[in-house]
Amino acid sequence: MINIKGRSLVSITDYSKEEIIHILDLAEDFERNQRQQILDKHVVASIFFEPSTRTRLSFESAVQYLGGSVIGFASADTSSVKKGESLKDTILTISNYSDLIVMRNPMDGSARYASEVSPIPIINAGDGANQHPTQCLLDLYSIRKTQGSLDNIHIAMIGDLKYGRTVHSLVQALSLFGATFHFVSPESLKMPSAVKTWIKRANLEYHQYTDIMDIMPIADILYMTRIQGERFPDPLEYEKVKNSYILENSMLESSKDNMRVLHPLPRVNEINEDIDDNPKAYYFQQAKNGVYVRQALIAAILGLK
Amino acid sequence: MDNNKRKELKVSAIRNGTVIDHIPSDKSFQVIRVLNLESSNYPIYFGTAFDSKKYGTKGIIKISNKYFADDEISKIAMVAPTATLIEITDYEVTRKEKVNLPDKVEKIVKCFNPKCVTNIEGIVTRFRVIEDHKGEMKLACHYCEKTMKKENIEFF
Repeated sequence: MINIKGRSLVSITDYSKEEIIHILDLAEDFERNQRQQILDKHVVASIFFEPSTRTRLSFESAVQYLGGSVIGFASADTSSVKKGESLKDTILTISNYSDLIVMRNPMDGSARYASEVSPIPIINAGDGANQHPTQCLLDLYSIRKTQGSLDNIHIAMIGDLKYGRTVHSLVQALSLFGATFHFVSPESLKMPSAVKTWIKRANLEYHQYTDIMDIMPIADILYMTRIQGERFPDPLEYEKVKNSYILENSMLESSKDNMRVLHPLPRVNEINEDIDDNPKAYYFQQAKNGVYVRQALIAAILGLK
Repeated sequence: MDNNKRKELKVSAIRNGTVIDHIPSDKSFQVIRVLNLESSNYPIYFGTAFDSKKYGTKGIIKISNKYFADDEISKIAMVAPTATLIEITDYEVTRKEKVNLPDKVEKIVKCFNPKCVTNIEGIVTRFRVIEDHKGEMKLACHYCEKTMKKENIEFF
């Protein structure tokens, strides 16, 4: 019997394979029947110390579809943090007013620390460059939904693999299901060795490329990420590679029928808008899946499912 | 003068205290620094680049009237993993063992990530001691989850 009642979610590795599957199964139930008033008389605090569109609104939407109430703030400017209040004091105070805290904070490791000082569970909605586990869960949900299973898929990850936190967590999670990884990036933004070590320890395979077209006939999932100019130590190098990782509709011709394009969003120009109408484009549905997954997570942590 | 006698004279014997032996030669001064021995009130004898059968060359430090706590031994192990710790009471060896790397390190190391919550909120640091695929020792921050190479380790 899987029971995650009262447990914080800080990092995707906090959950076992069975617990991840349990959340995805619950999310499937919420996709079939989204409006379930199980959160009646519950209060969820949504505290975002830095801006977010999808994550904050999908969490708040998830609570409201479940019939619960949301309190909180959407930027540090409108909280006592601006007066110099410590994170510990903020968390202890807000825990007096709510049943669960959803937090985004720019400090790496802030979510782990908050989970240690808080008497109520914390869901990490992004702690700096570190973890964003609910993004990972919705990515897994989207992969399972489009491929029918999470087992043994070929996933191509494209773009900024060095700093992109979503790809690192996704590698860790998919390693539990026996994936084969195809990494496509400029030389200076390659997947870090710590992540590759993780794959080797799981006895799985990874391959590295610099040309997107090399993986087109192989991939079940094309996971696109944004390349940010400020990541490059040399601006000239950015200018050289910035257009090499832009996906266009014509490039998808050689892809498999079951292939789907995912992106954690926001995108800038790395997926051409002409792909949006291609049935292989899945990124907006992927963002929608975030609500079902967050409903599942909130319900499970509050012990209501 | 026979060889043994000559060796003894290189670094004086101590009556009570601790000898740190088998320090890699290039780490002797770092060990002194991380243990804050510069401000010791008791006599300290040290030498480096001595011949060592096992390691080629080695450093040795003798500290009078000082026995190290676990945190300090962890520091020695991180800087000089080959070191041997010898405790002396009344000229007799009462304890002799190789320093061991602990599984966890708390309080004594600063996280190298300036964006880590431990550096911004000033909270107690915690690390797991891990080995990378090349067998190199690294510290993984319990909070920000970044792994830190040995050369980036900074003690409080």
